[in-house]
Amino acid sequence: MEREQTARQKSLWWVAGVIVIVYALFPVAWIVSLSFKRASDLSSREFLPTTWTWDNYDLILRGDFQDLFLSALRNSIGITLIATFIAVVLSTFCAYAIARLDFPGKKLILTTALAVSIFPVISIVTPLFNLWRNIGLYDTWPGLIIPYLSLTLPLSIWTLSAFFRQIPWELEQAAQVDGATTWQAFRRVIVPLATPGVFTTAIISFFIAWNDFVYGISLTSTEAARPVPAALAFFTGASQFEQPAGAISAAAVIVTIPVVILVVLFQRRIVAGLTQGAVKG
Amino acid sequence: MAAITMKNIVKTYGDGFQAVKDINLEIADGEFMILVGPSGCGKSTLLRMIVGLEDISGGEMLIGDERVNEKAPRDRNLAMVFQNYALYPHLTVFENIAFPLRLAKTPDAEVKERVNHAAELLELTEHLERKPANLSGGQRQRVAMGRAIVRNAQAFLFDEPLSNLDAKLRGQMRTEISRLQKRLGITTVYVTHDQVEAMTLGDRVAVLRAGVLQQVDSPRRLYQNPANLFVAGFIGSPPMNFIPATVTDDGLSTPFGDIQLPPGRSVDLSGKEIVLLGARPESFEDADVVSDTVREHGMVFDAQIDVIEWLGNEQYAYVPYEAPEQIRQQLADLERELDSEAMRTQLVVSLDASSQIEESSTASVWMDLRQVHVFDPGTGENLTAEPAPVSDETAEGQPA
Ligand SMILES: Nc1ncnc2c1ncn2[C@@H]1O[C@H](COP(=O)(O)OP(=O)(O)O)[C@@H](O)[C@H]1O
Ligand SMILES: [Mg+2]
Repeated sequence: MEREQTARQKSLWWVAGVIVIVYALFPVAWIVSLSFKRASDLSSREFLPTTWTWDNYDLILRGDFQDLFLSALRNSIGITLIATFIAVVLSTFCAYAIARLDFPGKKLILTTALAVSIFPVISIVTPLFNLWRNIGLYDTWPGLIIPYLSLTLPLSIWTLSAFFRQIPWELEQAAQVDGATTWQAFRRVIVPLATPGVFTTAIISFFIAWNDFVYGISLTSTEAARPVPAALAFFTGASQFEQPAGAISAAAVIVTIPVVILVVLFQRRIVAGLTQGAVKG
Repeated sequence: MAAITMKNIVKTYGDGFQAVKDINLEIADGEFMILVGPSGCGKSTLLRMIVGLEDISGGEMLIGDERVNEKAPRDRNLAMVFQNYALYPHLTVFENIAFPLRLAKTPDAEVKERVNHAAELLELTEHLERKPANLSGGQRQRVAMGRAIVRNAQAFLFDEPLSNLDAKLRGQMRTEISRLQKRLGITTVYVTHDQVEAMTLGDRVAVLRAGVLQQVDSPRRLYQNPANLFVAGFIGSPPMNFIPATVTDDGLSTPFGDIQLPPGRSVDLSGKEIVLLGARPESFEDADVVSDTVREHGMVFDAQIDVIEWLGNEQYAYVPYEAPEQIRQQLADLERELDSEAMRTQLVVSLDASSQIEESSTASVWMDLRQVHVFDPGTGENLTAEPAPVSDETAEGQPA
């Protein structure tokens, strides 16, 4: 479907692109700017701070909000990493089975996964709240990791099984003829080829868990498990009516950093076409 | 190295389709065996049962006197080259070839030595550090072969290894494979639907049709002594001509005139109304260039020459003729099964390069009757087939 684009079409694409970028990035830029403003500056209606200050960062990393923020950051990182790891490992095996084996109930697993992922989170959270309180999972790391898995697994299984399906089955058979056990063929041939898929899945899972707010606020009560998005709601100013917008913005900027790093780091890993050259070209 | 023996091998796929039917075949140690047949006849299925990638539904498979039906592929110690090569795209050429050795935990020094040796044999030395994606088709093919020869496998299995190459490269690789097999002397099973490969490569050729073994013989015997219509039509290019003949009191009546079979070819035709005569293109000749001494061994008839293809060293003339409706139908079915281009009832006649016969003319053509075959159109059986020699290796593997 390659067609010559006229200069006019090209410039239209550019304009459309710029509009989308500005639309998407403006709130982010606004938050970054907010995080460098003084408290008195917050309602100045200026885009850029009149004087740049690190005060807000100081506040959340060393000042009043330090305990609240740092423990939340620790929870977020820990819970998200564990949830991502489990999701990736489980979904890799599951997706491999779905892509490679014919077993009864295969359709059922895929449909269930899809059904779970379209189920509205808010409708599960109340019963889960009661259940978790009864069995002692309320306000613990596992209490968040488990619901996160229910969000990340379906998606991961779907993306990964699509990836596995692309890998020519003959590679695995060749490996078996070459003397590999099923496990060796999987680890030495299939997994390396599925790496881009695994990384894509890992990143998606990470985002889902990292960005969650509903579970985070409903299933935690203390610093023992509360993740950053939920903790931000507990930042309070000198009076009940004064929102510490600067500090919240600073925290928001900080929690965005890992996401950016992740994408930049793994962008190169998510290259398609790694299977090129396996079979005749 | 080992012999491979198949006893009453059957393959029924999950959907109930029987792809391989009761095959008995013995492949001697060091022998180069070809499995040939039109697409879909079960060649790959049979090969994959030997290597263990497909379960055996019935019968017994022995490799070097050991039953392997229940063994996993890795325990059979066979090397296979896949049709699409199945190279590992994330590994370099070196590591691709070394893969089986790495799995066997071979010491590094030995891996290096053996991979380098294999690469030398296959002229891959300068490509060892490259990835498969950057290689040409022929190079990929050689890497796949390298992976097979680097280990001390009991046998090599090839599944249409040359079908993805262009014609020139195919010719080169064909000689290469032949040379390599002779040099290594390893039992080889080679699947192909290309009858040129079948004829040039193998010690023996097994012809399959819809999962049934038709004939196992040396290429020469297959060509000269086909067991039935199917084998006769499949082996040879251009294919054998089939001429309908009505049985009369004193011989056979064909669209080209009445003939008497010579003593060496005469068969009992009692009770048959129609037979098919099989004559290879080279059994014909321009009557003008046939010397008088051989002329009497054949028959001369007037042929309506339709088209002539001049190839330099020889030429082919096409001679259309009329055939009874029933026979025409049967010939058309055979053509379809053999995957050959739809053909009207016409003779393909090979003429001497010096022949002056012209297109769209009537010419006098000689047919050598010493080499004609007589087929029963009902069963397809070759009535003139000589029984296979008994002591010879070629007798093995024929279904009892
Ligand atoms: N997994 C399968 N399930 C059912 N039928 C199959 C399967 N694989 C192959 N077949 C059928 O078995 C027959 C032989 O296939 P194959 O051995 O691949 O033929 P070929 O001689 O072309 O290599 C074909 O008719 C094919 O449709
Ligand atoms: Mg095949």
